Amino acid sequence: MSGFKYAAPAQFYPLAGKMALWFAVLAAVLTVIGLVIGLYIAPIDVTQKDSYRIIFIHVPAAWMSMFLYVVMAFWSAMALGMNTRLSAMMAQSIAPTGALMTAIALWTGALWGKPTWGTYWAWDARMTSELILLFLYLGIIALRNAIDDPRRADKACGVLALVGVVNVPIIYMSVRWWNTLHQGASIKLGKTSIDDIMLAGMLVMVFAFWFYSMAATLVRLRAIMLEREAGAAWVARLEEVKEVRKEQ
Amino acid sequence: MTTNSSPVFPVRAAMEPGDGVFTAFFWALRRDLRLALRSRAELGVQILFYIIVVALFPLSMSPDKELLLLLGPGVLWVAALLASLLSLSRLFASDYADGTLEQMAMSPLPLPALILGKISAHWLTTGLPVVLLAPLLSIQYYLEPEAIGVLMAGLLIGTPVLSLLGAIGAALTLGLRSGGGSLLALLILPLYIPVLIFGAGAVEAVRGGMGADANFSLLAAGLLLALAGAPFATSAAVRISLD
Repeated sequence: MSGFKYAAPAQFYPLAGKMALWFAVLAAVLTVIGLVIGLYIAPIDVTQKDSYRIIFIHVPAAWMSMFLYVVMAFWSAMALGMNTRLSAMMAQSIAPTGALMTAIALWTGALWGKPTWGTYWAWDARMTSELILLFLYLGIIALRNAIDDPRRADKACGVLALVGVVNVPIIYMSVRWWNTLHQGASIKLGKTSIDDIMLAGMLVMVFAFWFYSMAATLVRLRAIMLEREAGAAWVARLEEVKEVRKEQ
Repeated sequence: MTTNSSPVFPVRAAMEPGDGVFTAFFWALRRDLRLALRSRAELGVQILFYIIVVALFPLSMSPDKELLLLLGPGVLWVAALLASLLSLSRLFASDYADGTLEQMAMSPLPLPALILGKISAHWLTTGLPVVLLAPLLSIQYYLEPEAIGVLMAGLLIGTPVLSLLGAIGAALTLGLRSGGGSLLALLILPLYIPVLIFGAGAVEAVRGGMGADANFSLLAAGLLLALAGAPFATSAAVRISLD
Protein backbone atom coordinates (compact mmCIF):
# COMPACT_ATOMS: atom_id res chain seq x y z
CA MET A 1 0.00 0.00 0.00
CA SER A 2 3.05 2.25 -0.17
CA GLY A 3 1.65 3.91 -3.29
CA PHE A 4 -1.20 5.28 -1.23
CA LYS A 5 1.10 6.67 1.43
CA TYR A 6 0.92 10.10 -0.15
CA ALA A 7 -2.87 10.01 -0.35
CA ALA A 8 -2.90 11.36 3.22
CA PRO A 9 -2.60 15.15 3.44
CA ALA A 10 -0.14 14.85 6.34
CA GLN A 11 2.25 12.84 4.14
CA PHE A 12 1.68 14.79 0.95
CA TYR A 13 1.98 18.29 2.40
CA PRO A 14 5.82 18.34 2.70
CA LEU A 15 6.28 16.46 -0.58
CA ALA A 16 3.94 18.91 -2.36
CA GLY A 17 6.05 21.77 -1.02
CA LYS A 18 9.26 20.32 -2.47
CA MET A 19 7.57 19.43 -5.77
CA ALA A 20 6.04 22.90 -6.08
CA LEU A 21 9.45 24.51 -5.63
CA TRP A 22 11.15 22.33 -8.24
CA PHE A 23 8.31 22.68 -10.73
CA ALA A 24 8.38 26.44 -10.28
CA VAL A 25 12.14 26.54 -10.90
CA LEU A 26 11.75 24.33 -13.97
CA ALA A 27 8.88 26.48 -15.23
CA ALA A 28 10.97 29.64 -14.87
CA VAL A 29 14.02 28.15 -16.61
CA LEU A 30 11.94 26.71 -19.44
CA THR A 31 10.07 29.99 -19.86
CA VAL A 32 13.35 31.86 -20.28
CA ILE A 33 14.64 29.30 -22.80
CA GLY A 34 11.31 29.17 -24.63
CA LEU A 35 11.00 32.95 -24.88
CA VAL A 36 14.61 33.36 -26.03
CA ILE A 37 13.96 30.82 -28.78
CA GLY A 38 10.56 32.29 -29.57
CA LEU A 39 11.39 35.99 -29.51
CA TYR A 40 15.03 36.10 -30.70
CA ILE A 41 16.13 32.90 -32.41
CA ALA A 42 12.99 31.93 -34.33
CA PRO A 43 12.79 33.70 -37.71
CA ILE A 44 10.07 36.11 -38.75
CA ASP A 45 7.07 34.49 -40.40
CA VAL A 46 6.62 35.39 -44.06
CA THR A 47 2.90 36.08 -43.95
CA GLN A 48 2.24 37.02 -40.32
CA LYS A 49 5.48 38.93 -39.58
CA ASP A 50 6.17 39.14 -35.86
CA SER A 51 2.57 38.77 -34.71
CA TYR A 52 2.79 35.00 -35.04
CA ARG A 53 5.13 34.97 -32.02
CA ILE A 54 2.12 35.00 -29.72
CA ILE A 55 1.74 31.29 -30.44
CA PHE A 56 4.52 30.71 -27.91
CA ILE A 57 2.05 31.81 -25.24
CA HIS A 58 -1.24 31.10 -26.94
CA VAL A 59 -0.81 27.47 -27.96
CA PRO A 60 0.59 26.24 -24.61
CA ALA A 61 -2.21 28.05 -22.74
CA ALA A 62 -4.88 26.56 -25.00
CA TRP A 63 -3.46 23.05 -24.65
CA MET A 64 -3.19 23.36 -20.88
CA SER A 65 -6.75 24.72 -20.61
CA MET A 66 -8.13 21.52 -22.16
CA PHE A 67 -5.65 19.16 -20.53
CA LEU A 68 -6.31 20.58 -17.05
CA TYR A 69 -10.06 20.06 -17.44
CA VAL A 70 -9.49 16.37 -18.10
CA VAL A 71 -7.06 16.12 -15.16
CA MET A 72 -9.60 17.86 -12.94
CA ALA A 73 -12.32 15.45 -14.07
CA PHE A 74 -9.96 12.53 -13.38
CA TRP A 75 -9.34 13.65 -9.79
CA SER A 76 -13.07 14.31 -9.37
CA ALA A 77 -13.81 10.77 -10.47
CA MET A 78 -11.19 9.46 -8.05
CA ALA A 79 -12.72 11.53 -5.27
CA LEU A 80 -16.25 10.29 -5.99
CA GLY A 81 -15.25 6.68 -6.59
CA MET A 82 -12.66 6.15 -3.86
CA ASN A 83 -13.88 8.86 -1.48
CA THR A 84 -10.34 10.20 -0.99
CA ARG A 85 -10.06 13.67 0.46
CA LEU A 86 -6.85 14.58 -1.30
CA SER A 87 -8.24 13.85 -4.80
CA ALA A 88 -11.08 16.29 -4.24
CA MET A 89 -8.69 18.95 -2.97
CA MET A 90 -6.56 18.32 -6.06
CA ALA A 91 -9.58 18.88 -8.33
CA GLN A 92 -10.41 22.03 -6.39
CA SER A 93 -6.91 23.43 -6.76
CA ILE A 94 -6.73 22.74 -10.50
CA ALA A 95 -9.90 24.70 -11.39
CA PRO A 96 -8.56 28.28 -11.01
CA THR A 97 -5.38 27.48 -12.97
CA GLY A 98 -7.49 25.88 -15.69
CA ALA A 99 -9.72 28.95 -15.85
CA LEU A 100 -6.62 31.18 -16.01
CA MET A 101 -5.18 29.17 -18.91
CA THR A 102 -8.51 29.39 -20.76
CA ALA A 103 -8.63 33.14 -20.22
CA ILE A 104 -5.02 33.54 -21.42
CA ALA A 105 -5.75 31.47 -24.51
CA LEU A 106 -8.81 33.59 -25.34
CA TRP A 107 -7.03 36.86 -24.62
CA THR A 108 -3.91 36.11 -26.63
CA GLY A 109 -6.06 34.67 -29.40
CA ALA A 110 -7.96 37.95 -29.60
CA LEU A 111 -4.72 39.95 -29.66
CA TRP A 112 -3.38 37.75 -32.44
CA GLY A 113 -6.65 37.89 -34.34
CA LYS A 114 -6.70 41.67 -34.66
CA PRO A 115 -3.56 42.06 -36.82
CA THR A 116 -4.00 38.73 -38.60
CA TRP A 117 -7.72 38.31 -39.18
CA GLY A 118 -8.57 41.99 -38.75
CA THR A 119 -10.90 41.27 -35.82
CA TYR A 120 -10.56 40.55 -32.12
CA TRP A 121 -13.32 38.02 -32.13
CA ALA A 122 -14.68 35.62 -34.71
CA TRP A 123 -17.19 32.88 -34.07
CA ASP A 124 -14.56 30.37 -34.98
CA ALA A 125 -15.21 26.85 -33.69
CA ARG A 126 -12.11 26.71 -31.55
CA MET A 127 -12.64 30.14 -30.02
CA THR A 128 -16.29 29.46 -29.30
CA SER A 129 -15.62 26.14 -27.62
CA GLU A 130 -12.76 27.70 -25.63
CA LEU A 131 -15.23 30.34 -24.42
CA ILE A 132 -17.68 27.62 -23.38
CA LEU A 133 -14.83 25.84 -21.60
CA LEU A 134 -14.23 29.03 -19.62
CA PHE A 135 -17.92 29.03 -18.63
CA LEU A 136 -17.59 25.41 -17.48
CA TYR A 137 -14.57 26.25 -15.31
CA LEU A 138 -16.29 29.32 -13.85
CA GLY A 139 -19.42 27.27 -13.18
CA ILE A 140 -17.43 24.77 -11.14
CA ILE A 141 -15.66 27.54 -9.19
CA ALA A 142 -18.98 29.31 -8.56
CA LEU A 143 -20.64 26.10 -7.36
CA ARG A 144 -17.70 25.50 -5.02
CA ASN A 145 -18.06 29.02 -3.58
CA ALA A 146 -21.81 28.68 -3.12
CA ILE A 147 -21.55 25.58 -0.91
CA ASP A 148 -20.36 26.08 2.66
CA ASP A 149 -19.66 22.47 3.56
CA PRO A 150 -16.40 21.52 1.81
CA ARG A 151 -17.26 17.82 1.65
CA ARG A 152 -20.56 18.53 -0.06
CA ALA A 153 -18.80 21.01 -2.36
CA ASP A 154 -16.24 18.31 -3.27
CA LYS A 155 -18.93 15.87 -4.34
CA ALA A 156 -21.16 18.40 -6.09
CA CYS A 157 -18.23 19.81 -8.07
CA GLY A 158 -17.13 16.27 -8.85
CA VAL A 159 -20.50 15.40 -10.38
CA LEU A 160 -20.48 18.66 -12.34
CA ALA A 161 -16.93 18.09 -13.62
CA LEU A 162 -17.83 14.58 -14.79
CA VAL A 163 -21.02 15.76 -16.52
CA GLY A 164 -18.89 18.49 -18.09
CA VAL A 165 -16.19 16.16 -19.34
CA VAL A 166 -18.79 14.00 -21.11
CA ASN A 167 -20.14 17.18 -22.68
CA VAL A 168 -16.89 18.80 -23.78
CA PRO A 169 -16.44 16.65 -26.92
CA ILE A 170 -20.15 17.01 -27.75
CA ILE A 171 -19.94 20.78 -27.35
CA TYR A 172 -16.80 20.89 -29.46
CA MET A 173 -18.34 18.83 -32.26
CA SER A 174 -21.58 20.80 -32.20
CA VAL A 175 -19.76 24.12 -32.37
CA ARG A 176 -17.55 22.92 -35.18
CA TRP A 177 -20.50 21.69 -37.13
CA TRP A 178 -22.45 24.88 -36.52
CA ASN A 179 -19.42 26.89 -37.60
CA THR A 180 -18.97 25.09 -40.90
CA LEU A 181 -22.69 25.42 -41.55
CA HIS A 182 -22.54 29.16 -41.01
CA GLN A 183 -19.46 30.58 -42.57
CA GLY A 184 -17.50 27.77 -44.13
CA ALA A 185 -13.78 27.54 -43.70
CA SER A 186 -13.08 31.15 -44.58
CA ILE A 187 -10.66 31.56 -41.70
CA LYS A 188 -7.84 29.13 -41.30
CA LEU A 189 -4.34 29.14 -39.98
CA GLY A 190 -1.76 29.45 -42.74
CA LYS A 191 -1.04 25.96 -43.93
CA THR A 192 2.64 26.72 -44.29
CA SER A 193 4.56 24.04 -42.44
CA ILE A 194 5.95 25.25 -39.18
CA ASP A 195 9.69 25.83 -38.89
CA ASP A 196 11.63 23.39 -36.70
CA ILE A 197 12.95 26.09 -34.40
CA MET A 198 9.45 27.53 -34.00
CA LEU A 199 8.17 24.09 -33.09
CA ALA A 200 11.00 23.64 -30.60
CA GLY A 201 10.24 26.98 -28.95
CA MET A 202 6.56 26.10 -28.73
CA LEU A 203 7.24 22.71 -27.18
CA VAL A 204 9.59 24.24 -24.60
CA MET A 205 6.84 26.72 -23.73
CA VAL A 206 4.30 23.92 -23.44
CA PHE A 207 6.48 22.27 -20.82
CA ALA A 208 7.02 25.60 -19.09
CA PHE A 209 3.24 26.10 -18.86
CA TRP A 210 2.80 22.52 -17.72
CA PHE A 211 5.32 22.88 -14.91
CA TYR A 212 3.84 26.25 -13.97
CA SER A 213 0.37 24.68 -13.78
CA MET A 214 1.63 21.90 -11.55
CA ALA A 215 3.50 24.31 -9.29
CA ALA A 216 0.54 26.69 -8.97
CA THR A 217 -1.82 23.77 -8.34
CA LEU A 218 0.41 22.33 -5.64
CA VAL A 219 0.86 25.67 -3.87
CA ARG A 220 -2.92 26.11 -3.88
CA LEU A 221 -3.35 22.51 -2.75
CA ARG A 222 -1.07 23.12 0.24
CA ALA A 223 -3.12 26.14 1.25
CA ILE A 224 -6.35 24.15 0.93
CA MET A 225 -4.89 21.31 3.01
CA LEU A 226 -3.93 23.72 5.79
CA GLU A 227 -7.29 25.45 5.67
CA ARG A 228 -9.33 22.27 5.77
CA GLU A 229 -7.22 20.43 8.31
CA ALA A 230 -6.45 23.41 10.52
CA GLY A 231 -7.48 21.43 13.58
CA ALA A 232 -5.47 18.31 12.75
CA ALA A 233 -2.44 17.26 14.78
CA TRP A 234 -0.10 17.14 11.76
CA VAL A 235 -0.78 20.79 11.02
CA ALA A 236 -0.01 21.77 14.60
CA ARG A 237 3.37 19.95 14.31
CA LEU A 238 4.47 21.99 11.25
CA GLU A 239 7.27 24.42 12.05
CA GLU A 240 5.80 27.26 9.99
CA VAL A 241 2.40 26.84 11.67
CA LYS A 242 4.00 26.78 15.14
CA GLU A 243 5.75 30.06 14.42
CA VAL A 244 2.61 31.79 13.19
CA ARG A 245 0.52 30.48 16.06
CA LYS A 246 3.12 31.57 18.59
CA GLU A 247 3.02 35.10 17.26
CA GLN A 248 -0.72 35.35 17.59
CA MET B 1 -49.96 21.87 2.00
CA THR B 2 -50.78 20.33 -1.32
CA THR B 3 -48.31 17.53 -0.77
CA ASN B 4 -50.43 16.08 2.05
CA SER B 5 -53.18 15.14 -0.34
CA SER B 6 -50.90 13.48 -2.88
CA PRO B 7 -51.30 9.74 -3.36
CA VAL B 8 -49.91 7.44 -0.72
CA PHE B 9 -46.27 6.54 -1.29
CA PRO B 10 -46.22 2.98 -2.64
CA VAL B 11 -43.78 0.84 -0.72
CA ARG B 12 -43.89 -2.90 -0.73
CA ALA B 13 -42.14 -5.03 1.83
CA ALA B 14 -39.03 -7.02 0.89
CA MET B 15 -38.13 -5.48 -2.41
CA GLU B 16 -35.48 -6.87 -4.72
CA PRO B 17 -33.07 -4.57 -6.54
CA GLY B 18 -34.71 -3.49 -9.78
CA ASP B 19 -38.18 -3.90 -8.36
CA GLY B 20 -40.55 -1.02 -8.54
CA VAL B 21 -38.91 0.92 -11.36
CA PHE B 22 -42.22 1.43 -13.11
CA THR B 23 -44.15 1.86 -9.87
CA ALA B 24 -41.73 4.57 -8.82
CA PHE B 25 -41.71 6.27 -12.22
CA PHE B 26 -45.48 6.44 -12.61
CA TRP B 27 -46.05 7.36 -8.97
CA ALA B 28 -43.70 10.34 -9.20
CA LEU B 29 -45.04 11.33 -12.62
CA ARG B 30 -48.67 11.25 -11.49
CA ARG B 31 -47.93 13.05 -8.24
CA ASP B 32 -45.94 15.88 -9.82
CA LEU B 33 -48.47 16.31 -12.61
CA ARG B 34 -51.26 16.53 -10.04
CA LEU B 35 -49.31 19.10 -8.02
CA ALA B 36 -48.55 21.13 -11.13
CA LEU B 37 -52.15 21.12 -12.28
CA ARG B 38 -53.24 22.35 -8.86
CA SER B 39 -51.14 25.48 -9.25
CA ARG B 40 -52.23 26.37 -12.76
CA ALA B 41 -51.51 30.04 -12.23
CA GLU B 42 -47.83 29.25 -11.87
CA LEU B 43 -47.86 27.19 -15.06
CA GLY B 44 -49.54 30.07 -16.83
CA VAL B 45 -46.87 32.48 -15.67
CA GLN B 46 -44.12 30.29 -17.10
CA ILE B 47 -45.85 30.05 -20.44
CA LEU B 48 -46.38 33.82 -20.47
CA PHE B 49 -42.67 34.27 -19.79
CA TYR B 50 -41.90 32.26 -22.92
CA ILE B 51 -44.35 34.29 -24.99
CA ILE B 52 -43.02 37.62 -23.74
CA VAL B 53 -39.37 36.75 -24.34
CA VAL B 54 -40.22 35.76 -27.91
CA ALA B 55 -42.13 39.02 -28.39
CA LEU B 56 -39.26 41.15 -27.05
CA PHE B 57 -36.82 40.38 -29.85
CA PRO B 58 -38.68 42.12 -32.71
CA LEU B 59 -39.05 45.15 -30.41
CA SER B 60 -35.30 45.25 -29.82
CA MET B 61 -34.55 45.61 -33.54
CA SER B 62 -36.73 46.33 -36.51
CA PRO B 63 -39.81 44.27 -37.37
CA ASP B 64 -38.28 43.63 -40.76
CA LYS B 65 -39.75 40.49 -42.29
CA GLU B 66 -36.52 39.17 -43.77
CA LEU B 67 -34.64 39.68 -40.50
CA LEU B 68 -37.30 38.03 -38.33
CA LEU B 69 -37.57 35.12 -40.72
CA LEU B 70 -33.85 34.54 -40.24
CA LEU B 71 -33.84 35.02 -36.47
CA GLY B 72 -37.12 33.30 -35.63
CA PRO B 73 -35.99 29.72 -35.02
CA GLY B 74 -33.02 30.81 -32.92
CA VAL B 75 -35.12 33.19 -30.83
CA LEU B 76 -37.75 30.54 -30.16
CA TRP B 77 -35.03 28.11 -29.12
CA VAL B 78 -33.32 30.59 -26.81
CA ALA B 79 -36.69 31.42 -25.24
CA ALA B 80 -37.31 27.69 -24.77
CA LEU B 81 -33.94 27.36 -23.03
CA LEU B 82 -34.73 30.26 -20.71
CA ALA B 83 -38.24 29.02 -19.97
CA SER B 84 -36.85 25.59 -19.09
CA LEU B 85 -34.16 27.16 -16.91
CA LEU B 86 -36.63 29.39 -15.10
CA SER B 87 -38.85 26.51 -14.09
CA LEU B 88 -35.99 24.19 -13.14
CA SER B 89 -35.19 25.76 -9.80
CA ARG B 90 -38.64 24.61 -8.67
CA LEU B 91 -38.19 21.02 -9.81
CA PHE B 92 -36.96 19.81 -6.42
CA ALA B 93 -37.22 22.93 -4.27
CA SER B 94 -40.57 22.36 -2.55
CA ASP B 95 -39.94 18.64 -2.06
CA TYR B 96 -36.57 19.53 -0.57
CA ALA B 97 -38.06 22.17 1.71
CA ASP B 98 -40.77 19.96 3.21
CA GLY B 99 -38.66 16.79 3.48
CA THR B 100 -40.45 14.80 0.77
CA LEU B 101 -37.24 14.50 -1.23
CA GLU B 102 -35.45 12.98 1.74
CA GLN B 103 -38.24 10.41 2.15
CA MET B 104 -37.92 9.56 -1.53
CA ALA B 105 -34.16 9.11 -1.19
CA MET B 106 -34.64 6.83 1.83
CA SER B 107 -37.43 4.77 0.32
CA PRO B 108 -36.67 1.34 -1.13
CA LEU B 109 -37.98 2.51 -4.50
CA PRO B 110 -35.15 3.30 -6.95
CA LEU B 111 -34.37 7.01 -6.73
CA PRO B 112 -33.37 7.40 -10.42
CA ALA B 113 -36.81 6.11 -11.45
CA LEU B 114 -38.56 8.50 -9.07
CA ILE B 115 -36.47 11.33 -10.45
CA LEU B 116 -37.15 10.36 -14.04
CA GLY B 117 -40.85 10.52 -13.17
CA LYS B 118 -40.41 14.01 -11.77
CA ILE B 119 -38.40 15.10 -14.82
CA SER B 120 -41.07 13.74 -17.14
CA ALA B 121 -43.73 15.68 -15.28
CA HIS B 122 -41.54 18.77 -15.55
CA TRP B 123 -41.25 18.33 -19.29
CA LEU B 124 -44.99 17.70 -19.74
CA THR B 125 -45.83 20.89 -17.86
CA THR B 126 -43.10 23.20 -19.20
CA GLY B 127 -41.51 21.64 -22.30
CA LEU B 128 -44.63 20.42 -24.04
CA PRO B 129 -46.43 23.82 -23.84
CA VAL B 130 -43.35 25.36 -25.45
CA VAL B 131 -43.59 22.86 -28.32
CA LEU B 132 -47.32 23.40 -28.74
CA LEU B 133 -47.07 27.20 -28.65
CA ALA B 134 -44.21 27.28 -31.17
CA PRO B 135 -46.43 27.39 -34.30
CA LEU B 136 -48.42 30.32 -32.95
CA LEU B 137 -45.31 32.30 -32.05
CA SER B 138 -43.63 31.34 -35.32
CA ILE B 139 -46.32 33.30 -37.13
CA GLN B 140 -45.02 36.44 -35.43
CA TYR B 141 -41.73 35.72 -37.14
CA TYR B 142 -43.34 34.99 -40.53
CA LEU B 143 -41.96 31.44 -40.57
CA GLU B 144 -43.09 29.31 -43.50
CA PRO B 145 -45.19 26.19 -42.70
CA GLU B 146 -42.36 23.80 -43.52
CA ALA B 147 -40.00 25.59 -41.14
CA ILE B 148 -42.66 25.55 -38.42
CA GLY B 149 -42.98 21.77 -38.73
CA VAL B 150 -39.22 21.28 -38.49
CA LEU B 151 -38.98 23.69 -35.57
CA MET B 152 -41.71 21.85 -33.68
CA ALA B 153 -40.16 18.46 -34.33
CA GLY B 154 -36.80 19.75 -33.12
CA LEU B 155 -38.34 21.21 -29.99
CA LEU B 156 -40.21 17.97 -29.36
CA ILE B 157 -36.95 15.97 -29.32
CA GLY B 158 -34.80 18.71 -27.78
CA THR B 159 -36.82 20.06 -24.86
CA PRO B 160 -36.77 16.74 -22.94
CA VAL B 161 -32.95 16.93 -23.09
CA LEU B 162 -33.18 20.37 -21.48
CA SER B 163 -35.30 18.99 -18.63
CA LEU B 164 -32.97 16.01 -18.15
CA LEU B 165 -29.73 18.03 -18.12
CA GLY B 166 -31.29 20.79 -16.09
CA ALA B 167 -32.38 18.37 -13.38
CA ILE B 168 -28.69 17.66 -12.63
CA GLY B 169 -28.03 21.35 -12.07
CA ALA B 170 -31.24 21.81 -10.06
CA ALA B 171 -30.22 18.95 -7.76
CA LEU B 172 -26.67 20.26 -7.34
CA THR B 173 -27.86 23.74 -6.33
CA LEU B 174 -30.54 22.55 -3.90
CA GLY B 175 -30.78 24.62 -0.75
CA LEU B 176 -27.96 27.00 -1.64
CA ARG B 177 -28.36 30.53 -0.39
CA SER B 178 -26.53 32.51 -3.02
CA GLY B 179 -29.08 32.99 -5.75
CA GLY B 180 -29.80 29.45 -6.92
CA GLY B 181 -31.23 30.87 -10.14
CA SER B 182 -28.21 32.60 -11.58
CA LEU B 183 -25.84 29.88 -10.40
CA LEU B 184 -28.08 27.30 -12.04
CA ALA B 185 -27.92 29.32 -15.27
CA LEU B 186 -24.13 29.38 -15.15
CA LEU B 187 -23.96 25.62 -14.59
CA ILE B 188 -26.57 24.53 -17.09
CA LEU B 189 -26.64 26.94 -20.03
CA PRO B 190 -23.20 25.87 -21.35
CA LEU B 191 -24.43 22.28 -21.35
CA TYR B 192 -27.54 23.33 -23.31
CA ILE B 193 -25.48 24.70 -26.19
CA PRO B 194 -25.37 21.54 -28.34
CA VAL B 195 -29.16 21.20 -28.09
CA LEU B 196 -29.53 24.83 -29.16
CA ILE B 197 -27.16 24.39 -32.09
CA PHE B 198 -28.73 21.18 -33.41
CA GLY B 199 -32.29 22.35 -32.74
CA ALA B 200 -32.07 25.80 -34.27
CA GLY B 201 -29.77 24.42 -36.98
CA ALA B 202 -32.48 22.03 -38.15
CA VAL B 203 -34.58 24.84 -39.60
CA GLU B 204 -31.55 26.38 -41.27
CA ALA B 205 -30.53 23.04 -42.73
CA VAL B 206 -33.97 22.60 -44.28
CA ARG B 207 -33.86 26.12 -45.69
CA GLY B 208 -30.42 25.44 -47.09
CA GLY B 209 -31.80 22.38 -48.86
CA MET B 210 -29.84 19.86 -46.80
CA GLY B 211 -32.73 18.35 -44.89
CA ALA B 212 -32.91 18.10 -41.13
CA ASP B 213 -32.28 14.37 -40.77
CA ALA B 214 -28.77 14.83 -39.39
CA ASN B 215 -29.99 17.37 -36.83
CA PHE B 216 -32.85 15.16 -35.70
CA SER B 217 -30.55 12.15 -35.42
CA LEU B 218 -28.07 14.11 -33.32
CA LEU B 219 -30.84 15.53 -31.11
CA ALA B 220 -32.27 12.04 -30.66
CA ALA B 221 -28.81 10.68 -29.81
CA GLY B 222 -28.48 13.46 -27.24
CA LEU B 223 -31.89 12.53 -25.84
CA LEU B 224 -30.91 8.87 -25.49
CA LEU B 225 -27.60 9.76 -23.86
CA ALA B 226 -29.32 12.15 -21.45
CA LEU B 227 -32.05 9.57 -20.69
CA ALA B 228 -29.40 7.00 -19.86
CA GLY B 229 -27.19 9.26 -17.79
CA ALA B 230 -29.13 12.14 -16.31
CA PRO B 231 -31.44 10.23 -13.90
CA PHE B 232 -28.39 8.61 -12.29
CA ALA B 233 -26.32 11.79 -12.16
CA THR B 234 -29.33 13.63 -10.74
CA SER B 235 -29.96 11.05 -8.04
CA ALA B 236 -26.27 11.17 -7.09
CA ALA B 237 -26.58 14.96 -6.90
CA VAL B 238 -29.78 14.73 -4.82
CA ARG B 239 -28.06 12.42 -2.35
CA ILE B 240 -25.10 14.81 -2.13
CA SER B 241 -27.44 17.73 -1.44
CA LEU B 242 -29.34 15.79 1.22
CA ASP B 243 -26.19 14.72 3.06
